[in-house]
Amino acid sequence: MILSLVVTVMVLYGVGTYLLLQRHLTRVVIGLSVITHAANLLLLLGGNPGRAPLAGSGTGVVADPLPQALALTAIVITFGVSALLLAFAYRSWQITSSDEVEDDVEDRRIAALAAVSGLTDEEVMDAEDIGEAAG
Amino acid sequence: MTDILVPLPIVLSLGAAALSLGLGRRPRVQRALGLATLAVLLGVSIALLVAVADGSVIATRIGGWGAPIGIVLALDLMAALMLTVSLVVLLIVLVFTIGAPRPIDQARFFYPVYMVLAAGVAACFLTADLFNLYVAFEVALTASYVLIAVGRSREQVRHGITYVVISLLASTLFISAIALTYAATGTVNLADLAVKLREVEPGLRMALGSLFLVVFGIKAAIFPLFFWLPDSYPIAPAPVTAIFAGLLTKIGVYAIIRSQSLLFAGPDTSGFLLTVAGLTMLVGVLGAIAQDDVMRILSFHIVSQIGYLIFGLGLLTLAGLSATVFSAIHHILITTTLFLVGGLIELATGTGALRHLGGLIRTKPALAVLFMITALSFAGVPPFSGFLAKLAVIQAGLEVGANLTVGVGLLVSILTVFSMMKIWGGVFWGDPEDSEAHDRARSRRLPPVMIGVTTVAVVLGLGIAVAAGPIYDLSERAAANLVDPTQYLAAVLQ
Repeated sequence: MILSLVVTVMVLYGVGTYLLLQRHLTRVVIGLSVITHAANLLLLLGGNPGRAPLAGSGTGVVADPLPQALALTAIVITFGVSALLLAFAYRSWQITSSDEVEDDVEDRRIAALAAVSGLTDEEVMDAEDIGEAAG
Repeated sequence: MTDILVPLPIVLSLGAAALSLGLGRRPRVQRALGLATLAVLLGVSIALLVAVADGSVIATRIGGWGAPIGIVLALDLMAALMLTVSLVVLLIVLVFTIGAPRPIDQARFFYPVYMVLAAGVAACFLTADLFNLYVAFEVALTASYVLIAVGRSREQVRHGITYVVISLLASTLFISAIALTYAATGTVNLADLAVKLREVEPGLRMALGSLFLVVFGIKAAIFPLFFWLPDSYPIAPAPVTAIFAGLLTKIGVYAIIRSQSLLFAGPDTSGFLLTVAGLTMLVGVLGAIAQDDVMRILSFHIVSQIGYLIFGLGLLTLAGLSATVFSAIHHILITTTLFLVGGLIELATGTGALRHLGGLIRTKPALAVLFMITALSFAGVPPFSGFLAKLAVIQAGLEVGANLTVGVGLLVSILTVFSMMKIWGGVFWGDPEDSEAHDRARSRRLPPVMIGVTTVAVVLGLGIAVAAGPIYDLSERAAANLVDPTQYLAAVLQ
């Protein structure tokens, strides 16, 4: 019972990390929610999972209710933030009509400058123009 | 009596946010509500500061449930100092925003979200519970996600996504760390944890400590987890960047200080923290020198200055922690002021790129004075507060014999001056390089409210230097509470 939960958590972390490293925004969003699931299950693992829930006035051994409460709170928060992230992704798609994360223009400009270091001032000025054109 | 006041910063700002959301069509009422709430809270926080100035700790049990089951808010001197400075900064930036000639985009939502941010920041300082710290972080961060993309432009969406994804990943790691801590100890209450973690195996304790350091390190932007900050901060509207620069990284630093001093203090972390501090200072300032846009230069400097705060903490001595507390107070105020001045430069000229600027001292001499004072204080030139903060850190470092990090700190200080002079030379001195920006600066009058409130911020920054004696005494007492948490434990667990 516990072992299956442990394996599930491991797989979810792995899959989530893989998806998070992709360039497509939808995959990043899905990756994040998968990792969050892993984290929530990890919370449950800390509180004797597999026992009966705390309900009514029943006797006997029950599962620790605190991790369940924490997981619920965490789920609600990630739900809200994921919705916001989806809105971001949609807006990004509206603007660029592509799902990929763009390069940073300023980074590219400075990288273009660094690539030509060691040149004369005039050549650097030219490179700046090239960098600006790239941006 | 004072324990009733402790939850007020959270309750009042959330209440004001809800009210403000309903008043979306009446921006004047929204403004007045925001200003009034923050002013009242500033009064409350000063009252609380006075109450704990002797080094006592006030704990409030929400709903009457005691620790470790119930939710406890605790206020020690460190939290009270941070809360007061934060509210001062929140108030200044709100006035700055109100004074802007063109209202911020989506202003209808700006005020409620701003109040939520205030509530989140206050909750971070006040909570005595690891899970509530997570919730408080989320409240502050969610507000910041909205604020960073408030204009919905292409740039803001592109950089906003990076910011949201990295923050969300850090939050998920935070939950994982809480889960592991709970599994190991069976509690999430900070004071209870401090007691129970002592019995946990040292290896496991170290692993948990490192995990929390990574989580808070992402939020505080320490090396090597800072890369998102210079990428995302400059994109937001100027007042928003100013409040992020002053407060958001500082709540990360506060969480590092709280967790490392209360939960994971031990001689084995010192060397690691000092290395991280040195690299954060150095890499941040080198990044700043490579940039040529005012806001981006300043963003890299936030990272660099965080290094000094971690430096003091890493020494694990009373002198080191006192220096960190004093630096944090100085840093929240001065960084925000510097970004406000940067915002005024952009407003006056329409650009922040150094290659388009120059000669601004002829058209806007007042702005030049404001920038000069703040930049010198930021870089640590005597007699400003930055100098006192750095002097304290370096003295504390020499006492312990952390000579290498002290050397790095001094070198970075010189490089910071160099970088500030680069802005000075590029923006204020020389001939105007772009006649369009120059003409705009000549014809456009900056709103007096914005100049006025920035001047107030600069004067307050000077005030830290003037009142350095009493403020340093307070910092020392706050640090004493952190080094010896007996009172904190007693108040929370009572």
